[in-house]
Amino acid sequence: MELYKLTVHEAADLINKREVTSQQIVQSTLQQINEVDKDVKAFITLADERALEESRQLDASVADEEGLSVLAGIPFGVEDNICTEGVRTTCASKMLENFVPPYSATVVSRIAQQKGILMGKLNTDEFSMGLTTESSYFHETRNPWDLNRIAGGASAGAAAAVAADEVFYALATDTGGSLRRAAAFCGVVGLKPTYGMVSRYGVISSGSSMDQVGPVAKDVKDCAIVFQAIAGRDMADPMTAKAMTSNYVQALADDVNGLRIGLLRECFDQGVDKDVKDAVLNAVKSLEGLGAHVEEVSLPSIEHAPAAYCVILSAEASSNLGRYDGIKYGYRVERCQDLDELYKKTRTQGFGDEVKLRVMLGTYALSAGNYERYYLQALKIRTIIKNEFEKAFEKFDIIVLPTCPTTALRFGDKVDNALAIFLADKYTAPASIAGLPAITVPCGFDTKGLPIGMQFIGKAFDESTLFRAAFTFEQNTDYHIKRPAIDWR
Amino acid sequence: MAVGITVKDVEYLAEAAKFEFTEEQKQKFAQALSDIINAVDRLAEVDTEGVQPTIHVLSVKNIFREDVVLPSMDRDILLKNAADVQDGCYRVPKVVE
Amino acid sequence: MKYEVVIGLEVHAELSTQSKAFCGCSTKFGAVPNTQCCPVCIGMPGVLPVINKKALEYTIKAGLALNCRIARYTKMDRKNYFYPDLPRACQISQYDVPVCQNGYLDIVVNGQTRRIGINRIHLEEDAGKLLHDQYADSTLVDLNRSGVPLIEIVTEPDLRSAEEAKVFLETLRSILRYIDVSDCKMEEGSLRCDVNISVRPEGQKEFGVRTEMKNLNSFRAVYRAIEYEANRQISILEEGGTVLRETRRWDDSAGKSFSMRAKEHAQDYRYFPEPDLPPIEIDDEWVEEIRKQIPELPAQKQRRYVEEFGLPEYDAGILTSSRDLADYFERCVKLYENPKTISNWLMGDFLRLVNEKNIEISDVPVTPENLVKLFKLIDSKVISGPIAKTVFEEMFDTGKDPEAIVEEKGLKQITDRDELVKVIKKVLAENPKSVEDYKNGKKKALGFLVGQTMKATKGKANPQLVNEILLEELEK
Ligand SMILES: [Mg+2]
Ligand SMILES: [Zn+2]
Repeated sequence: MELYKLTVHEAADLINKREVTSQQIVQSTLQQINEVDKDVKAFITLADERALEESRQLDASVADEEGLSVLAGIPFGVEDNICTEGVRTTCASKMLENFVPPYSATVVSRIAQQKGILMGKLNTDEFSMGLTTESSYFHETRNPWDLNRIAGGASAGAAAAVAADEVFYALATDTGGSLRRAAAFCGVVGLKPTYGMVSRYGVISSGSSMDQVGPVAKDVKDCAIVFQAIAGRDMADPMTAKAMTSNYVQALADDVNGLRIGLLRECFDQGVDKDVKDAVLNAVKSLEGLGAHVEEVSLPSIEHAPAAYCVILSAEASSNLGRYDGIKYGYRVERCQDLDELYKKTRTQGFGDEVKLRVMLGTYALSAGNYERYYLQALKIRTIIKNEFEKAFEKFDIIVLPTCPTTALRFGDKVDNALAIFLADKYTAPASIAGLPAITVPCGFDTKGLPIGMQFIGKAFDESTLFRAAFTFEQNTDYHIKRPAIDWR
Repeated sequence: MAVGITVKDVEYLAEAAKFEFTEEQKQKFAQALSDIINAVDRLAEVDTEGVQPTIHVLSVKNIFREDVVLPSMDRDILLKNAADVQDGCYRVPKVVE
Repeated sequence: MKYEVVIGLEVHAELSTQSKAFCGCSTKFGAVPNTQCCPVCIGMPGVLPVINKKALEYTIKAGLALNCRIARYTKMDRKNYFYPDLPRACQISQYDVPVCQNGYLDIVVNGQTRRIGINRIHLEEDAGKLLHDQYADSTLVDLNRSGVPLIEIVTEPDLRSAEEAKVFLETLRSILRYIDVSDCKMEEGSLRCDVNISVRPEGQKEFGVRTEMKNLNSFRAVYRAIEYEANRQISILEEGGTVLRETRRWDDSAGKSFSMRAKEHAQDYRYFPEPDLPPIEIDDEWVEEIRKQIPELPAQKQRRYVEEFGLPEYDAGILTSSRDLADYFERCVKLYENPKTISNWLMGDFLRLVNEKNIEISDVPVTPENLVKLFKLIDSKVISGPIAKTVFEEMFDTGKDPEAIVEEKGLKQITDRDELVKVIKKVLAENPKSVEDYKNGKKKALGFLVGQTMKATKGKANPQLVNEILLEELEK
């Protein structure tokens, strides 16, 4: 049996029945990584020895009759902007090339408590700024469905690793859509939780008011399992307001009867690939066939979401990235005559161009004289967008739209101007700006055989309904079972 | 309205963000910044009269910790990631006030 | 031409919370460098701040004590700038909605009450400390102080002289100590003050160009710096020059200020709301709860001491200058009916020794009970005034009961007439010159002879009795 191909819930069953050990699973997964990662390049840092040791210890310490947590002994990966104690955390930047955090992010500790096995750190764009991993200091991650194509960005490492069966699931961040976009491009499931549902402690800040960590998984059930493990209040992140009250896994039901689905009109107009549009509309039709009510809904202001997102992200990031000054940690140039030289040389050499561009943009947006026109205005537009969503959710339980207007582009394909950024964030930024939960599930393939993602946006803190809709869709289709057709061996 | 970011603007921003650029890089960043700012400048056309800004999307407030001392981190561990340490302190080039 | 000096102060007071503003590290002063730090207060990647509730409450308390309006909605903001003592390159502070606004503080200068406006009080975090002295070519960074909560108190430009500024600071310090929000130790940096100062021809409405003075490490330095800077600005104007808007550094040993940087291009701190901290709502109930914790403040107390105990303003002012001293006084008053005697002792030997030994009033080993016992020993003529001084000094050193000291050292007053006559006769015999002088009309000689007699009895003689007998003997 090729253990690495299993889902979390399948593997957990086998471990619990003592039919396989964690070591067997970890070894199988390491083999797969060995096989494919030279092509996919999902990992920045592989924690193979540590993973083997942990699985060995787990197998040895578990009594036969003992019930294990569903995540126990199962390998996972972590996007490299999430801190892992004792395992270097680079943010895909030269700046943090050698940074080994003395603490773990709360999400990582929570999985560790359940005895999940950390396989390593996954590639991302530098400080998660980018759409392709081309801004990664280390390498580009390639799409397992077509190695000439991007796997998305910034969470490309996470999505590609899951799609190529290099890990069972991954924790990734989503600020403006990076998790969802990468998951969609790689044909896997990805959830961006409600802002404040998952702790950001130990997650390297990018756009603080939008950053969230979510699971990237092989199916909806795995996604719910991981979400269940990481969500809920954390004293170390004052924004995690809600204590967790639901059991998301138990609530999974193959039932959308009466579910009110709003079809987001603005996202089916121009600018979306025909294949993508058709696939999502087909998917919605099948949900309708299963008993859901589908109606069009319009959110006119979301056209401003990408620009508002861009301003808020850049402003917050420009401040968040001030701490990288060569003094306490991270890259530092040697032999500086004075302080200013230390700051400038360190930051100029330690950061790549994409980061510098964003930081300067944010600095510009916050400067006296620009603050009202850009930053404050973006915050006001956020209010308008949020209000439009709230109004729509009086009538609908979820809103459906494509995750991305296209499928995965080729490397070098992207238009080399700022507008490309806006286009890419077009469908993901609205939920980010409004802090709403959004899930992407595979819903078809384009004519080139590349996966297409469908996105559901839900009410704040109503991840349950997202899971239910996604699970029902999945139970009645088989897109999630398809794996990249590349013969690695 | 086209917003032009000049080389002088780039110099100002680079100073504020602590970067240093060659003339060529300044030109390049001026162009890239102009592109983006022109694109986001459409935001200014949206009527936001009377709209309150949303700083936090959540309606959370008043999350505090109690005034309780917790153990600090071992200094050796804390300083481990620093490039230049002397006498248990971070070292920087002489700062003149 | 006559000039008016216009002064505004920015006072930073470290709050006396146990833990830092946004993490659990200790705020204790004087620890080994970087041992009171954690990933949060050294700004490691990914860590997040959480507000210390007490720091906020102390800010509200200070606002109430300084008659401010307390915001019902407030938030934290980020102030961005690079400096090695600021590990995240941004300080968590407050920008447009400080916790407290529009207050005032009444101060008394030369018998006149002056109301000084408080523009705002906001909560922020302190920065670390830079150590410059150890190495010639480098500076060391100690982040123990990074994240300690501070309040910044900004006055209106209502102060008009160095004296007023000094009195304001003294009054402010005493209030902050009274309400227990800051220990205000300038020598430990828990109270710091920047001075904004300008001058203008008397009668002119507009303010002159102001300079900002930094590095003022004592009230005396504040006073001297203001005097110096006012004179400097006046002489510039008198010579037809213009004052430069700039930040100046006071060098106390040189008695001069030096230009630090011109403020033409005011630094753009790019303030924006702290996205990592939720907003704060303060309701009436909370404010009232905090108001209840505010004790009687020095000005009220002073008034009460005058009315209730019949003390002179001056005495009442000194006794209420610190809460510990006032508490001490009131404990004594409960045990002893003569407030003026207590006041005299406290203002005299008590404070003298406190200052000499440089200790806190709370650490004085003399209990009010023992001090009152001492008064009673004087009243019942068991010991003389001069002896009481000696006994008190011993009490101050050892904390012993005065009765025990008197007993041990045999300090009881000599009131036996015959015994004293004997001593005096001997003194007179030994000082024929003074006796002669006295008899020739030099009445001053009597004082000398009293002194000699006291000396001979090691101060134990009852001074009145000595006087009486001496006169008798000299008349013989
Ligand atoms: Mg300040
Ligand atoms: Zn700390």
